[in-house]
Order: sequence, then C-alpha cells, then structure tokens
Amino acid sequence: MQPGIYHLLLISTALFFIGVYGFFTRRNLITMLMSIELILNSVNINFIAFNKYLWANKLDGVLFTIFIMAIAAAEAAVAIAIIINLYRSRQSIDVKHAEELKW
Amino acid sequence: MPNVIILVLIPFLPLASFLILGLFGKSIFRNTSGLAGTLSLFVSFLLSIYTSFGYFFEYGKANGIYQKLVPLKLSWLEFSNGLSIDMGIILDPISVMMIMVVTFISLMVHIYSLTYMKGEERFSTYYSYLSLFTFSMLGLVLSSNIFQIYIFWELVGVSSFLLIGFYYNKPSAVAASKKAFIVTRFADLGFLIGILVLSFYSGTLDFNTLIQRLTSPGSGELKTAVTTSFLGISALNWGLALVFMGGAGKSALFPLHIWLPDAMEGPTPVSALIHAATMVVAGVYLVARLFPVLALSAPEVLELITLVGVITALIAALIACTQTDIKRVLAYSTMSQIGFMMFALGVSGYGGSNGIGFTASMFHLFTHALFKALLFLGAGSVIHYVHSNEMKDMGGLKKHLPITHITFLIACLAIAGVPPFSGFFSKEGILLAAYEHNPAVFWLALATSGLTAYYMFRLYFRIFWYKASQQHKHHGEGGFAMMLPLILLAVGAAVAGFIPFGRFVSSDGSLLTLPFHWLFSIAPVTLGLLGIFSAMVLFKKENGKADQISSFMSRVYKLVYHKFYVDEIYLFITRKVLFSMVGRPAAWIDRNIIDGLVNLSGATTKAVSERIKVIQSGKVQHYGLYFLFGVIGLGVLLIYVIKF
Repeated sequence: MQPGIYHLLLISTALFFIGVYGFFTRRNLITMLMSIELILNSVNINFIAFNKYLWANKLDGVLFTIFIMAIAAAEAAVAIAIIINLYRSRQSIDVKHAEELKW
Repeated sequence: MPNVIILVLIPFLPLASFLILGLFGKSIFRNTSGLAGTLSLFVSFLLSIYTSFGYFFEYGKANGIYQKLVPLKLSWLEFSNGLSIDMGIILDPISVMMIMVVTFISLMVHIYSLTYMKGEERFSTYYSYLSLFTFSMLGLVLSSNIFQIYIFWELVGVSSFLLIGFYYNKPSAVAASKKAFIVTRFADLGFLIGILVLSFYSGTLDFNTLIQRLTSPGSGELKTAVTTSFLGISALNWGLALVFMGGAGKSALFPLHIWLPDAMEGPTPVSALIHAATMVVAGVYLVARLFPVLALSAPEVLELITLVGVITALIAALIACTQTDIKRVLAYSTMSQIGFMMFALGVSGYGGSNGIGFTASMFHLFTHALFKALLFLGAGSVIHYVHSNEMKDMGGLKKHLPITHITFLIACLAIAGVPPFSGFFSKEGILLAAYEHNPAVFWLALATSGLTAYYMFRLYFRIFWYKASQQHKHHGEGGFAMMLPLILLAVGAAVAGFIPFGRFVSSDGSLLTLPFHWLFSIAPVTLGLLGIFSAMVLFKKENGKADQISSFMSRVYKLVYHKFYVDEIYLFITRKVLFSMVGRPAAWIDRNIIDGLVNLSGATTKAVSERIKVIQSGKVQHYGLYFLFGVIGLGVLLIYVIKF
C-alpha cells in the first residue's frame, strides 16, 4: 500500500501529542526542550506533506521547514544557555525549582 | 482709526512688567523694581492719553455721535455660529475715560509707593501685583465681550485678594483677603449665571450685538427674553439682575458690602488704587456698559439698582460717622459715593437730555476717583507719620504735615460738594437727575450728601486739629515721591469739575450739556456747609460734645457703630444655618456614601484579586496547559460555534 497524506498527517499528529505530553509531564528542562523539538518537527512533517500532496510544483512548504529548523536551532541555543545559567545558580535543572516568576 | 498696536500695548505693558518683576524681581531688579514698574506704567499712561485724544477729537465721532468702535477682535472660543468668546478691544466714551482714570491713578499710586513701601521685604512682589492689577483693570474696561469682561473681572478679584493679603503674616489681613475673595466670588456666581441667561436669550456674547438685539423693539430675541418668565419675573430681568448682583459684589453695595471695610488691611496705596478709585467702580462700569438694555428694555431692574444704590449711600454714610479707624471711614465713604453713582444710573433715562443721570454718574466716577485716591493717599501719609490707623493717635497734625493738610482739605471740600471743587459739579448732576425722576430718592440723597460733608470734616478736623500735637517732629512728610501724587491729584480734584463732561460721555453718545441751576444748588450746598459747620463745632477743639451726643443716643449709636450688625447676620447665616443645615449633612454624605462607594470598589477589586492570583503559579507547565486549553477552546469556538 502506497503511503498517502493521511498516513503522514497521522504520524505528525501522533508526534505532536507525544511532544505535548512530554512537555507537560517531564520535570527535566532538557527533556521538555526535546518535547518542544518534537512538536516543531510534527509541524515540519505537516508542511512537507501538504507541499508534496497538494502543491507538488511549489517549494513554499519546504522553505518553511528549513526556516523552522533554523529557528529551532536558535531557540535550542538560547534555551540551553538559560538552562546552564539556571543550573549554575541552583544546581538543578528541575523545572519545579524555577518558579519564582509568580504573582 | 485707532492704532491697534498702541491699544494693545496699553494693557500689555503692565502685564509685561508683572511677568518680569514677578520672575526676576528678586534677582535682576532687586533695587529697581519700583522704578521699572512705574516706568512701564508711565508709558502706558502716555499711550492712553494719546488714545483718548484721538478718540475724542479725531476719529471717535460720526455725525456728531460717539461711536462704539471695536478696532480689535480675535475669536477665541467658538461655541456655535455667532456665539463665541472673543478677545477684543472696545472704544467708546466710557472705556476711554476709564483707561485714563485707571492709568492715571495707578501711576500716582506707583509713584507714591516708591517711598511708602520702601524697605518692605517684598517690595518687588508688591510692584508686580500692582502691575497685574493694572493689567486686569485695563483689560476689564476695554473688553468687547461679556465673557471677556468676566475673565478680567475675576483677575481683578485675584489681584485684589493678593494685595489685601500682602502682609500675609498679619492674621487680620489674611482673614480680610479671604473674606473679600469669598464675598465677591459669591456675587460673581450671580454674574456668571446672568451672563449665561443673557447669552442664551440673545444668542451672543458680544456687547454691541447683545445691546442691539435686546434693545430693538421688534427683535425675536427680545420678545422671547421678555415673555419667558421664571417665578413671575421675565428672563431678561433675571439675567440683568444677576449681572447686577456681580456688580454689586465688586462695588460693595448693600448687602454685599461687608468685604470692603475689612479690605483696608492692605497697604494704603493699594486701598487708594483698588478699593477707592478703580476696582470698586467696576460694578458701576458694568451697569453703564449694559445701560441701553437696562434703560430701554428692563426699567424694573433699574428700579432695583436705584433702590440698592440709595440704601447703600445712606447706610454707609451713617456708619462712616461713627468709625474711628480713618481708613474705615474712607472705605464707608467710598461705599456711599458708589451708591450715588449707582442710583444716578438707576434714575437716568436713555438718550438726549434724559440721560443726565448717566453722564452725572460717569462724571462722579471720574471726580470721585481723583478725590478719593487723594484722600487715601493723604491718609497714607498720615499713617506713615503716626504709624497708626486710629483717630485717637492723631490730632493737631496740620503743622507737621502741611502739604498733606492742604491737599486733604481740598479733597474733603470736593467730596462734600462745596463749589467750585469737582465733587460739587458731579453731585449736582446726580441730585438733579434724582430730583427730576424720583423725589424720594432725591431727599434721601440730599440727606446723605449732608452726612458726607459731616463725616468727612469730622475726619479732617480729628486728624489735623482737635488737640495740640503730642507728636514730635521725628521725620518729614515723606519726600517728593509721596508729595507729587498728592499735589497732582489735588489739582485734579480742584479743577476737574470744569470739564464739560456731557460733551464727552453721554448715554447714547450724543452731545449733552449738564444742566446747572444756581437755585437748585442752594439746598445741597447749604446742607453741606451745615455738615462742615457741625463737624467743626464738635471736633475742631477737644471738647467732649461729641461724646455727650453719642452717649445721649447710645442705643442708636451702638447700632450704627456695629455697622447695623450686618456682619453678625452674615456670621449667623453662615455658621448657624449654612454650616449645620447644609455643610454637616453634605460632609456626612461625602464621608460615608461617596467615600464608601469608592472604598467598596477598592475592596472588591482586592478580594477578587486575592482569589485569582493563585492562577499565576510561576510553573511553566501550568502556563503551557492554560495555553493549550485556550487554543483548543478557541479552535472549538471557531470551528463548531462560529463555523468560521
């Protein structure tokens, strides 16, 4: 059976919710960051899938995917910098130790 | 045509000197502030002389009638078509006459104060206030718009307040300045409502248009204003009577006169300028400005003005006979003379030879400014010498103060109406107008003029004769700067009566000769001489006769001495009635209900925020969850509810 757009959308949806689940359940900031990457990648799969099956002769979706990858890389760099600083200040990368920003 | 730049400079030179002295008086002009203020006013005085010559002899007349010229008019606030607050300059005989009077008296006071106020801590502040006052008063008389006049009206009120309270570390001066401000403000409330009523019915704020609309018998505005009535009185009468209330407050007419005697707490030259010669006649000026409307469309209001004027004249003259503070005597005499001017307007008719009262009133305003300023400045010179306002510290001063003595005598003769001094002519005009219009007013006025002569000469004899002087000649009369204004004003007070005033000022602008009958003058002059003579008998030598008379009529004397208890009545009304019936409940409502509502809304906000602040937990994952649910909710909303 040839894989169609539905299969790809199914994978991307699954990936998205795995990412969301990971974001809400993990305490470790690195794992949370990885979950966000999963979410971003599910979006990428969506872009590629729609580009391939709906507008096969265009490149918009591919370009957007490259764009998102670049952003994700930058975001990862910033996030990891924050995490390192957090670790330096409180010897932990557990998210529940970083909740001063309230009220 | 008049030169607009010169006209604008007349009020703006004093304004400039106010600003400059107010800002830099303590630094740059430390020693020269008096000279700077005097100089700017001198220029302003020259310009107003130039203007009045031009107006009266060159361009003012058209076909033998003085026109109301409006050489400058700037639209400032436009409410609707035709109804706007303009800033303009009006030139007509009374405004031109007034700028002459104001700048001249103000110049005299400026010169006089150079010596009188020398060595004061706030010398430059004093001069800047004087300049502010002069600016506001000139603006007031030149206003072409009834709202503009109101603005300047308040400005003169403020400068009067500042100058009365000039000695701000003296509690009585502070109280007097507050009293003056509050009483005149209360009257100005009536003025404002009157302006609103008049402008509502006439559809304009401009004086010329307003007068034209409310005097032409066929105009629709006049018809509605006369036929609309409230409490049985027509809207026009309400408007004019309320405007007159403002004038009565500023001119210290009974029963709004209580601030004027207390205002004598200010420096004496200030009393001469503001509370004798210029500001207190603003009410007369206002009535004169609206005179065509009053005379042609609202004779009932003129009756009211006559009544108030004659009552004020009589009551003030009676009180003046009993006071012992020389400045207060002069204050009551001012009140009395303003009463004369007011009822002269009240008994006057409009146009031609009916307008004798109008011309006489303006003439009396003119001569009164001269001799009353002279009296106050003379009193200032006496006070400067003996350092007291009380009669008991004076007596026998004629040797020590020869120039003051002569000039004071001239002023007393002028105010008593002895020919040929100026007061005689103007007072004769007033009495004649009253005689022709209303005999009752005439008899009251005649009695008052007799009293005037009596109390003025009581003052004169009490200061300069009475007893041998106990004063040592410790210093002179006050030098050239104090004597020059006295001499100039004395010359004015002596000869101003010979000005053919009717050729310049009349109710409709046409030429008028004030009628003059020798036979008619016999009664007032005799009565005046009688007043002088009785004052001489009682006060030329210390003889106790005056005390005998006052103890003989002790009840009446006490009543008059306490100013008919008007102040006490006011205190009763405000303290006992207003404060407890209105003030306390209003305060309770404010504290409990108004503040309660405000506090309630504050407390509600606080309680709600206490509850909902736990949402902001600081946990990133919570925020993510809210975000997720928010997005899901939004999706549901868009897809299933709105069906986007």
